[in-house]
Amino acid sequence: MYRYDEFDAQFVHERVEQFRDQVARRLTGELNEDQFRIHRLMNGLYLQLHAYMLRIAIPYGTLSSKQMRKLAEIARRYDKSYGHFTTRQNLQLNWPALKDVPDILAELASVEMHAIQTSGNCIRNVTADHFAGAAADEFEDPRPYAEILRQWSSIHPEFSFLPRKFKIAVTGATSDRAAIQVHDIGLQLLRNDKGELGFAVYVGGGQGRTPMVAKKIRDFLPVADLLAYCEAIVRVYNLEGRRDNKYKARIKILVHEKGLEAMRTAVEAEFAERNDQRLRLPQSEIDRIHAYFAPPDVKPRPAQSKAFETRLSADAKFAAFVNSNVSAHKVPGYGIVTISLKPIGKIPGDATSDQMDVVAHLAEHYGHDEIRVSHEQNLVMPYVALDDIPHVYDELAKHDLACANAGQISDIISCPGMDYCSLATARSIPVAQRISQHFGDGDRAHAIGPLKIKISGCINACGHHHVGHIGILGLERKGVETYQITLGGSADETCSVGDITGPGFSYEDVVGAVNTVVETYMGLRKDSAEDFLSAYRRLGMAPFKAALYEKNPGADI
Amino acid sequence: MPQVISANRLIDGLLVFLDRAGSWVEPFQSAAVYDDKGELELALAKAQQDVGANKVVDVAAFEVKSKSGILSAVTMRDIIRTRGPSVRPDHGKQAQFS
Ligand code: SF4
Repeated sequence: MYRYDEFDAQFVHERVEQFRDQVARRLTGELNEDQFRIHRLMNGLYLQLHAYMLRIAIPYGTLSSKQMRKLAEIARRYDKSYGHFTTRQNLQLNWPALKDVPDILAELASVEMHAIQTSGNCIRNVTADHFAGAAADEFEDPRPYAEILRQWSSIHPEFSFLPRKFKIAVTGATSDRAAIQVHDIGLQLLRNDKGELGFAVYVGGGQGRTPMVAKKIRDFLPVADLLAYCEAIVRVYNLEGRRDNKYKARIKILVHEKGLEAMRTAVEAEFAERNDQRLRLPQSEIDRIHAYFAPPDVKPRPAQSKAFETRLSADAKFAAFVNSNVSAHKVPGYGIVTISLKPIGKIPGDATSDQMDVVAHLAEHYGHDEIRVSHEQNLVMPYVALDDIPHVYDELAKHDLACANAGQISDIISCPGMDYCSLATARSIPVAQRISQHFGDGDRAHAIGPLKIKISGCINACGHHHVGHIGILGLERKGVETYQITLGGSADETCSVGDITGPGFSYEDVVGAVNTVVETYMGLRKDSAEDFLSAYRRLGMAPFKAALYEKNPGADI
Repeated sequence: MPQVISANRLIDGLLVFLDRAGSWVEPFQSAAVYDDKGELELALAKAQQDVGANKVVDVAAFEVKSKSGILSAVTMRDIIRTRGPSVRPDHGKQAQFS
């Protein structure tokens, strides 16, 4: 795991003290709200419906046990003993008092964390595959590159006031678990014919009001050119991106309006002109950062574990958990354990301080001290010996953390929606809760198989609804919540934006509508091996539309 | 429709309401209700002074209903604001004042 060097530590510490001074000046009235807002947003502090909200960065979703314990402690001491893990692999606290925020930031700095660049029109927290370093299908760990990007983009003076926010994601596996094609820049590690390491570079993906799948701007970028090329992209965007209309300011609009070819030409020209070696990454630097991410000392074990196999055959619940929540590891004898933060009927992504402590404890003793936050709002222990999984499972189960639903219909992404967010047009969490309760995690849910439902409480799409196999967008029409459903979206390597079914559904009817979609799929799938997304892609919208609107006319939106 | 004036308290961000005495209070049921437009505007101007005095931010008026002396908000957003998260009845005003 990356450790702060002297420079990082000093910088973060100075920022805390600057913010302490800014808060003090705000409270005495020396700064008014207009003057102060920019400072609080630059430190991840928003004002929401009920109170302030602090968004804490978790770079590429990687945490140590010590950091997780600190988050638990902060939530307990300064908030209401819980936090919300988000689709940007961050943690949000819902009730911090302004007067306490400098102390919270100082506590975070003590474990090498901060809330810088979790807001504003800058390069945000760089995200990565949450199985990085462990997945069987990974050939290169993306986190060293995410870290290099983080260092480059942190308070980059030229890129602190971009036309809009800017998001980068990196993956190094064949399955894209980092949703790179819905990012402003998406980076896919690969090797060329000569065996050299580089990136396929995607640009202009995004969700929000105008969802777009990113376009490939470079087939192969040598790793040494990572920063120079990203800088060229962001520079073209910074100069040419629209600043006249907030809704047209993201790079996706520039790529769309300019056209991919013209964008490529501009970026390549900028890259060629600026490629003065200044930003070329020396191999020694790549190696230095890589060393921080060296896999823990996981010695290969027998591929079969007796303790694991015995429990598997004796305990159906455990078997269900393994089936959905344990993924193949690159090292024999290990598994990747997904800890679902979606117990049936609960709030997606929320964890209590006590639960955070439990995960920290388990990671320390059975998980080589590593925890990941997934963009799907779950936690991950990436290195657990198969021998230890039964015990880890038992401990998780005691704390409502062993729901066997990862990747299934009740593993729903949901943004906070109108229950917390001042921008929301409708509630999203209670819709997720009702769907989760409706389908549960029993036989029916398992029979349905992999199905990703994603819910946003407004068009900003923090809940990634555009790329949900079933997406739900909460809107408001004449003062009433209405829910638009999309089908066939996907954030993986086959990325697609979902199609709108038609008129929206009321708060009361939306769960029934989702049920109708699922029933239609179950009735039409070739066999149980054909998952929802594949079936939708084969069948198209027609049968779903017919089922939805013949049975349920929906609201007029 | 009658209106209530809300704001967020600067120091902790919590939602507060203007009461009859011109103070900012946490319980929604203690809020002053303005039926008269002129009266509302006067109160809003006063509330804005408290923004200038760095006591509160985000002053806004919103519609309410009153039945048997019990106030309730009208829109879903205001209902949630005046109660707390609908998904966490253990937090917010609903937990503190009911
Ligand atoms: S999608 Fe809208 S409602 Fe949901 S968190 Fe984002 S801004 Fe708030």
